[in-house]
Amino acid sequence: MRLSIATLLCALATCGVAGAASPTLAPQVAEINAMIEQQWRDYEIKPAPDVADPQWCRRVFLDVIGRIPSVAELKEFSEDGSDRRQRLLERLLEDDRYAEEYAGHWATVWSNILIGRSGGTDRRSLTSRDGMMKYLRDSFAANKPYDRMVFELVTAEGATKPGATGFNGATNFLADKVNEESGVLATSSTSRIFLGLQVQCTQCHNHPFNQWKQQRFWDFNAFFRQTRSLRRFVAGTDDIDHAELVNEDFAGQGGDPSDALIFYELRNGLVKTAYPVFIDDTAIGTSGFVSESNRRLELGKLMLASPYLDKMMVNRFWSHFLGYGFTKPVDDLGPHNAPSHPDLLEYLAKEVRGNSHDVKQLIRWIVLSRPYQLSARHTSANEVDDPMVGEAPKFSHFYLRQMTAEQLYQSLVTSSGATATGSYERQEQERRRWLQQFVVAFGTDEGDEATTFNGSIPQALMLFNGELTRQAISDEDGGFIKRVIAENRNPRDRVNQLFLAGLCRRASRDELSIASKLLAAREGKEVEMLQDMWWAIINSNEFIMQH
Amino acid sequence: MNLSSFSTPFGMTRRHFAQHLAGSAAMASTSLSFGAAIAASADELRKNHKSAILLWMGGGPSTIDLWDLKPGAPTGGPFRPISTTGDMQISEHLPMVAEQMKHLSIVRSMSTREADHNRGRYYMQTGYVPNANIEHPGYGSVIAHELFDQRPDLQIPPFVHIGGGGTGPGFLGMAWAPFAVSSNGQIRDLAMKIDDRRLAQRVAALDLIEGGFIKQTRGGEAAAGSPASEHQKVLAKTLALMTSDQMEAFKVDKEPKEVKERYGERGFGQGCLLARRLVEAGVPFVEVDLGGWDNHNDIFNTLSDRKLPELDRAMSALVEDLAQRELLKDTAIIWMGEFGRTPRINQTSGRDHWARSWSVVVGGAGIRGGLAVGQTNSDGTEVESEPYSSEDLMATVCKGLGISLDKTYTSKNGRPMKIAGGGKVIQELLA
Repeated sequence: MRLSIATLLCALATCGVAGAASPTLAPQVAEINAMIEQQWRDYEIKPAPDVADPQWCRRVFLDVIGRIPSVAELKEFSEDGSDRRQRLLERLLEDDRYAEEYAGHWATVWSNILIGRSGGTDRRSLTSRDGMMKYLRDSFAANKPYDRMVFELVTAEGATKPGATGFNGATNFLADKVNEESGVLATSSTSRIFLGLQVQCTQCHNHPFNQWKQQRFWDFNAFFRQTRSLRRFVAGTDDIDHAELVNEDFAGQGGDPSDALIFYELRNGLVKTAYPVFIDDTAIGTSGFVSESNRRLELGKLMLASPYLDKMMVNRFWSHFLGYGFTKPVDDLGPHNAPSHPDLLEYLAKEVRGNSHDVKQLIRWIVLSRPYQLSARHTSANEVDDPMVGEAPKFSHFYLRQMTAEQLYQSLVTSSGATATGSYERQEQERRRWLQQFVVAFGTDEGDEATTFNGSIPQALMLFNGELTRQAISDEDGGFIKRVIAENRNPRDRVNQLFLAGLCRRASRDELSIASKLLAAREGKEVEMLQDMWWAIINSNEFIMQH
Repeated sequence: MNLSSFSTPFGMTRRHFAQHLAGSAAMASTSLSFGAAIAASADELRKNHKSAILLWMGGGPSTIDLWDLKPGAPTGGPFRPISTTGDMQISEHLPMVAEQMKHLSIVRSMSTREADHNRGRYYMQTGYVPNANIEHPGYGSVIAHELFDQRPDLQIPPFVHIGGGGTGPGFLGMAWAPFAVSSNGQIRDLAMKIDDRRLAQRVAALDLIEGGFIKQTRGGEAAAGSPASEHQKVLAKTLALMTSDQMEAFKVDKEPKEVKERYGERGFGQGCLLARRLVEAGVPFVEVDLGGWDNHNDIFNTLSDRKLPELDRAMSALVEDLAQRELLKDTAIIWMGEFGRTPRINQTSGRDHWARSWSVVVGGAGIRGGLAVGQTNSDGTEVESEPYSSEDLMATVCKGLGISLDKTYTSKNGRPMKIAGGGKVIQELLA
């Protein structure tokens, strides 16, 4: 498509900062605003001004579908009516042309939560990353209610790998967490991720800072003891093809399946017993026979009824969009860790339950709320609102944060066409190979990991000199730079299009001036000047930050 | 373009690049903020700087089977103690380390409270328990920060982390983050692949965009500590590193074959060798990771067949090499994990997490060697002498490195924080 930059600039200039004040907004948005603004008054904080429309467009594209907008998409938004913010959000959530990207983005986010960035990447792993992604893509594409998704992940049975007989991608959450150490990892992950209860410390002892006691840990653990992850091999070899997550009759450690108890040790060596008992003290049958008591199924039902499930959903999605949850860490809702906005958390938790745990509804409430409209300006009027130095967040300005590695990759691929061509599988492989360079494992049995895509030197080197950047600034025919040249009439428009593509704004006077000096330094070779400018843009703080 | 040598990095010299950068500054309407990092002279670093090497044993090593054996006790396990060149006995599976123990001391009375991996790592590497309201800087960032002032010519990041991921710089900011590299010393994407003049001009354009964004997000006010300005600092360090001859230190491949064999050709051995090269080059803090100590199952075979031979070869080589090069007197060595392991042997022949009574090993930089400080009871379940903490250990190391323990940081919300968390120096080790 040939774009007139002049038209676009015109449209941008007429954009106001309105859009969120439409009369059709859900009542939940007004409630969020009232509670957040009350705290501003209590702390005598003046919030940042609203962010300009183009920057808001960039923000919402990154958060909802995982990449920055193209120049054409920015134009479409800018030329829309006064309720353009709401209309853009609806397009991203409901329009067919974004369905695949929406589902893919949330599948990526949730894969990292459920199996980590390294899950399924080791040869010996029982997890199929493809299977996990497929399940999550299908779930988010169908806007499956969140509680339903949690229930399926906790109770899943079947094969991990797409194409295998009895495939059920939801099994991948637990596939690598049940066989070792009596399912300790299944216990701690399920309670932490879905209920916000951090119990890993209480495995060995009663923890002084945690209300959970050791007994609670092993009671919760007892729900997973019927479950095994069985290796299925490639015919005629000892290579693992996939795993099958099954429930088997459990004899218990006392050898009586009708009363299948488990033992655990106190630190002094004393041995105690545990049966499946939920965190609210609800006990289920003690039988280990699956036909009499399917323990994970019972756990799933109990979790569906738990208010922690609602709060955890709210906290995680809020944190995804605003940069901080109501608690830090986001997945610790224990009584020792008071939330920054207890009333708001409570209110939204009730609302998601009243609205069938509808993921897209929750996204609408958050994205159209006042805090999400604010700019990232941090000034003397909101100086105290700085969670980076340990203050509880007040959400009076948008907290600058870095894109994730996944968002950067997707943004460069979309804006510059920097990618492997070929099938979905091939591109997905290429993407994963690239992402793996940043994953660092800690060498513990709990699979703890970190990322070096954290604003430190290895990330800077990758963006300076790496293959992805080389592809992004390539001067190949049909590449991004050549397209920018073809679509615009003069160097000035072309430079402006680079800034719009990367930063959703025009070049400043100084930036245009340095571009023309670069053009002279490149002896009039405009392709090279544009390469230099695009390199500078994608290496900048303004590009890598979500703002 | 010459990609084969760091000594003339990618066909340029540092001086040339600095000149090009100065030239390209004329393109921008303001002076370049990246210039200062590059302008520093590339003179040889002064030798005999103080440094520290942390050997981090991720997962929680079973110190009762390495440094504080309980032969004959029900908790003792199958390993036998052997004599060393110091005044203590250690595991029979560490014979080469035993030869070096005159340089190292064991603190056998560590007693801590955090027995979860993440909490334990955080506590042992910062001296603070995790707190939702503040991110404490790791010891590596603190020591790098404190010693960096003494060596303005250092162009390599002052905290290098080999073969793992660890505790970050907390409120000190991303400029003090560990520089993570793999144990072969190869650094991904170091080569810039364009000529230095053009790079300098690109950097001028980049500098302009960076500065504009910082101003925009801070409303024109001082920008220190904001993510936007931290980004700029990291870019400056990256440029300094890309154009530095000092990067030669990462070329662990240039070591003679027999040296590489002495350290062991596996990751941890090569990482220790790289650590020695970096310390020689003046890097104040190097961390080398060896994971795989979370032995809940089959612990004794795992230790005797895999973990201890690898540790024995690499750790002994490092200490011996540093001593021979007369670097040990200025280089502190700290061997530790996030906690020890239960004296009780569990149902699957493993040991679980245990923080109440365990050991660490230290030496170098004026810390006395050959001692076993403190003791545990007959089955290893209790500390019987004065218990020591993460803070005490780090206070001792800091003292050895000449870092004042009176120094206090103030985090941005006004909370004062003493270096090493106000720990007490373990006097026997510095007497």
